[in-house]
Amino acid sequence: MADTADIKETGLLVDQAAETGFRSRLIYVGRLLWRDKTGLVGLIMFLIVVISAVFAPVLAPYDPLRQDLRAAKQPPAWSEEGDISHPLGTDNLGRDILSRIIYGSRVSLTVGFFGVLIACSLGLLIGLIAGYLGGRVDNVIMGLVNLILALPYLVFVVFIAAILGQGLIIVILIFGFTDIPIFVRITRGEVLRIRESGFVEAALSIGSTRKRIIFNHILPNLIGPLITIATFEMSAMIFYEAGLGFLGLSVPPSVPSWGNMLATGRKYLTIYPWIATFPGLAIVFTGLGMNLLGDWLRDVLDPRLRRMKK
Amino acid sequence: MSRILTVKNLVTRFYTFDGVVHALNGVSFHLDHGETLAIVGESGSGKSVTMMSLLHLLPMPPARIEEGEAVFEDDDGPIDLLKLSKPERRRVRGGKIGYIFQDALSALNPVMTVGRQVRESIMEHLSLDQKAARERTIQLLEHVGIPGAKSRYGNYPHQFSGGMRQRVMIAVAIACDPKIVIADEPTTALDVTVQAQIIELTKRIQDELGISVIWITHDLGVVAGIADRVLVMYAGSAVEISPVDRLYEHPQHPYTEGLLAALPRVGAKRGKRLASIKGSPPDLQEPPRHCQFAWRCPYNFDRCWASAPPLFEVGEGHYTKCYYDMDQERPR
Repeated sequence: MADTADIKETGLLVDQAAETGFRSRLIYVGRLLWRDKTGLVGLIMFLIVVISAVFAPVLAPYDPLRQDLRAAKQPPAWSEEGDISHPLGTDNLGRDILSRIIYGSRVSLTVGFFGVLIACSLGLLIGLIAGYLGGRVDNVIMGLVNLILALPYLVFVVFIAAILGQGLIIVILIFGFTDIPIFVRITRGEVLRIRESGFVEAALSIGSTRKRIIFNHILPNLIGPLITIATFEMSAMIFYEAGLGFLGLSVPPSVPSWGNMLATGRKYLTIYPWIATFPGLAIVFTGLGMNLLGDWLRDVLDPRLRRMKK
Repeated sequence: MSRILTVKNLVTRFYTFDGVVHALNGVSFHLDHGETLAIVGESGSGKSVTMMSLLHLLPMPPARIEEGEAVFEDDDGPIDLLKLSKPERRRVRGGKIGYIFQDALSALNPVMTVGRQVRESIMEHLSLDQKAARERTIQLLEHVGIPGAKSRYGNYPHQFSGGMRQRVMIAVAIACDPKIVIADEPTTALDVTVQAQIIELTKRIQDELGISVIWITHDLGVVAGIADRVLVMYAGSAVEISPVDRLYEHPQHPYTEGLLAALPRVGAKRGKRLASIKGSPPDLQEPPRHCQFAWRCPYNFDRCWASAPPLFEVGEGHYTKCYYDMDQERPR
């Protein structure tokens, strides 16, 4: 059994090794994606969101802030009273919902990306320290981490947001800092595992310095698990940002964001359901895409799982 | 022959939560220039702990080296390996003493190319620039018999077979012209034909570079083929040291005798059960007060239970820790 699995793995990876150029790597990743269709779907969904955020001014048919009270509360194009000029309809102030969703992705992705960036880099640093130094430092850090993780997350975030007030930067900082513990925990666990591994021992036996062991042996082995967790955390942050927006605690109401749109739509949910439905769908779409992508990354970045998933 | 390493009365203990583990209880041996010393013994007998103590590779705590000295004859005079500062230790590791690990797959970093891992050792010890180190790495890989070394430089460990990985480990170990190479069961995880290749390779390199080898194993068949002298370990002590031929002909410790009797033989009568040593090794958490083999020893008598036997010289270069004279079949 082990033999056949070995052959399969080597066969797969020898192709990758034949040329180590960028192009062949891209082809290799492409083949991995093709083999696991859910990963491909996840990646496409994620790319759609990214593209709409980057090219929002080009893609959006209207200015997301422009009000047109005469066209207010127009239903989506496929319903009887709908009009093709507003494909997803308009909200209570006559703003185009499609345009607002496209622009709203900017807030979501910015919060998700920078929030994860802060959480991941600081979590990595603190986790490395805790895992590598161990002892009392580790105890203190993990004590704090467990304390924060024991708090109900959303209540905690809402509490801080209510104190600090609205604003994009504030939201990013809140998510960035409150999410550190997750990354600390993952990093520390991995560092403990890697530190005991054979190759770190082997590196010690050839006289490697501590610095070299951290940078050459421990960090590269952390990239896989951290990227995976980062994807899941990013989708979670997008969810929570929308939640805060719904409560009016995220970006100011003037900024088009999915959370703000949900808050607006809530009042009209029974009469004009599309106002809240479409931003809700956008959130689900993004979250689903990123989770599929994260699942795929977890499999692909771990060579052992890559082998099992034929 | 001149000594390159003299270890005297090495005592290593582990201070664990459950109590003190007496891992090594005064191990003494020496190693000559260019010779191969095999260390045999069952799991937990302290083979690896001895070697890792010498290089300070044990996690401390819980491990603590309590006593002993290990004098290494460096180019500029003898140094005690157990009393080195941290930078000196790093200089010795890899630079003076190379280490080949049992499981090459886990001893190689899965996310780093093989070439880089060999190069890392070179750059740590020899003052070579990247390019020169790369050249040397490729030479080394060729030297240990990796076909197409140049194109294999950028491969990852999982793209190598078990035997090839072990060759890479050997390349890492000899990368900086060490005086001693410690091979910690390098063939255990390999199948027999590959084992033979690795043993051949090690011998060839040893002859070419004039290094001394300490070969840790529990395979007495391998020992007969490669070793000049054999050190038998049991429960944290070196119970017998002997030139390899003498050991097989005249084992002077009941444990060695038991090990040799347990070897399966080609042409043995079918259906006959293999001989075994009755009982199990002692609990290392008890400090040794008498011969640790006494429970399992067919020859044990009152003195065995009174004190731990010292090292008796029983022949040229042949020592044993046993009160019973097996040639005369009576207590000494």
